[in-house]
Amino acid sequence: MLKVNKNQPASKFHSLHNEISYHLMLLPSVIIVFIFAYIPLYGLTIAFKNFNPAKGILGDNPWCGLDNFEYIFSIPNIGRVFFNTVTIAVGKIVVGTVVAIAVALLLNECTVKWLKHGVQTLIYFPYFISWIILAGILQDILSPSSGVVNQIIKMLGGSPVYFLGDNKVFRETMVLSEVWRSFGYNSIVYLAAITSIDPTLYEAAEIDGAGRLRKLLHITLPGMSTIIILMCVLNLGNVLNAGFDQIFNLYSVQVYESGDIIDTLVYRIGLQQAKFGPSTAVGLLKSIISFTLISFAYLFAWKKYDYKIF
Amino acid sequence: MIESRNRKLSKRYSIINLLTDIIINVILVTLALICFLPFWYEVCISFSSNRAIMAKEVVFLPKEFTFQAYEYVISRTPFWKSLWVTLLRVLFGLPISLFLIITAAYPLSKTKSKFRFRTFYAWYFFLTMLFNGGMIPSYLTVVQLGLLNTIWALILPTSVNVFNMLLLLSFFRNIPESLEDAARIDGAGQWRTLWQIYVPVSIPVLATVTLFTIVGSWNSWFDGMIYMKPYNYPLQTYLRTIIFNYDFGNLSIEEQKKLAEMSPESVKASQMIVGALPILAIYPFLQKYFITGITLGSVKG
Repeated sequence: MLKVNKNQPASKFHSLHNEISYHLMLLPSVIIVFIFAYIPLYGLTIAFKNFNPAKGILGDNPWCGLDNFEYIFSIPNIGRVFFNTVTIAVGKIVVGTVVAIAVALLLNECTVKWLKHGVQTLIYFPYFISWIILAGILQDILSPSSGVVNQIIKMLGGSPVYFLGDNKVFRETMVLSEVWRSFGYNSIVYLAAITSIDPTLYEAAEIDGAGRLRKLLHITLPGMSTIIILMCVLNLGNVLNAGFDQIFNLYSVQVYESGDIIDTLVYRIGLQQAKFGPSTAVGLLKSIISFTLISFAYLFAWKKYDYKIF
Repeated sequence: MIESRNRKLSKRYSIINLLTDIIINVILVTLALICFLPFWYEVCISFSSNRAIMAKEVVFLPKEFTFQAYEYVISRTPFWKSLWVTLLRVLFGLPISLFLIITAAYPLSKTKSKFRFRTFYAWYFFLTMLFNGGMIPSYLTVVQLGLLNTIWALILPTSVNVFNMLLLLSFFRNIPESLEDAARIDGAGQWRTLWQIYVPVSIPVLATVTLFTIVGSWNSWFDGMIYMKPYNYPLQTYLRTIIFNYDFGNLSIEEQKKLAEMSPESVKASQMIVGALPILAIYPFLQKYFITGITLGSVKG
């Protein structure tokens, strides 16, 4: 602290004075975060309590041991819900990453400047529209009777598919519609990684007679590998996030079997049926698993790639 | 002999190259259309007449052009009311959020030798990214605070966005220390240094954060649904009731009559377009800044 260096005042008073202003500056956000992030963390204890809404989250609700957990594990479809969550989430991560990388490579190869910019403008757009509106659009274009997609399928001689109401295709529909929304946005990171590759590498390869594919395989992809691995690792934290905003607005009772996920279940038993204890218990389990995965991911990214958040 | 072979070879290469270029461009244009056409389709529906929609004549251009649907939407008070709630939320939420993020990012951008408690505070915020209470405890906290059905329920819980704080923090960190030293010699305290030196040079990042915040609060609907009463719904939550047909119960007879003449599809489509319009309006700025945001946020270090 008192190490004197050129740029710093040596006086103890000065730096103490500074530190006090730092604390004061942080105070408002510390308070807000305490109220809206740390009190809910304490609220997770409801998972082990017999919660009474009249007493509130800070009131002394009696402990009930693992009753809430017993209740949730007695829900017949709980395994199914977990399975749906993981398959939809992993599907989104895998397909999303592959498509985003492919699109970044294609954009990088595109030599027509105005075309490239135009395409970028259009493919980044859906990401910024709320799932409410996207869900409305998807309902329209995926409708089995009048939807455009099914009309195209019929024109090609297929039979119409009920994308949002058929358990056989609902999960795939969720994965693909999420990829549709976000592939452009997700490609930005990869495109940035490509542009930071040293251009002399390409020049050297050209002199050696390397063609396009060669350059892609031996320079571009290896040059991107760090960021690809990093993004995959950081995505580990999303393995239980199947996309509440999307699924909540697109699912219906007939696709609960394939489309019900942890978050929608928590919503239904917690906020619709007002069973706060059991739904908090589900949420707690999800938080613990996610916490483990995210911590592992950050730790790995930090050790291996010196990736630091703060 | 060799020369002519080389020429032949390079000609073949250039043809392959050209073909690859064409294929690449075709794929890219197809992708762009896949992203664009669904939105355009809704635009066409919203401007088409009931008859044309029923007859499935609307494909890529509005048929029997009409403003009917938009006139109906504009005539509805719940629509304006919900727009007002969303605007209030952005108007109050944005300055609050910016203030909190700026004042937190500045001390956190100091080195450990200048601010001994930096690590503690960094962990304090970082932990909330790793572990959160989730839906039910957050809801119960808002209930307990008595914020239900007030605009604060929409503003306060999301006002400290740690991701945005990080963006700003890493920008602050790259500001040369000499600027701060100069300010100090002129007698400026930390507070003035922050607002008169750091904030003005950080306008690009602050623009990014501002746009992210606006988009976030414009698009959020879930908090509106659980915290607000239906007459206080923000726009997206209100749109949800329209899009999923929950709303038609409480229409007046006159309105029902009016609605019967129109196609529900175009009413729905026009509301969706109106709901997306502001995003479209700020999209050029958005596009200019969010790339900086993402690349700063994920590739830094």
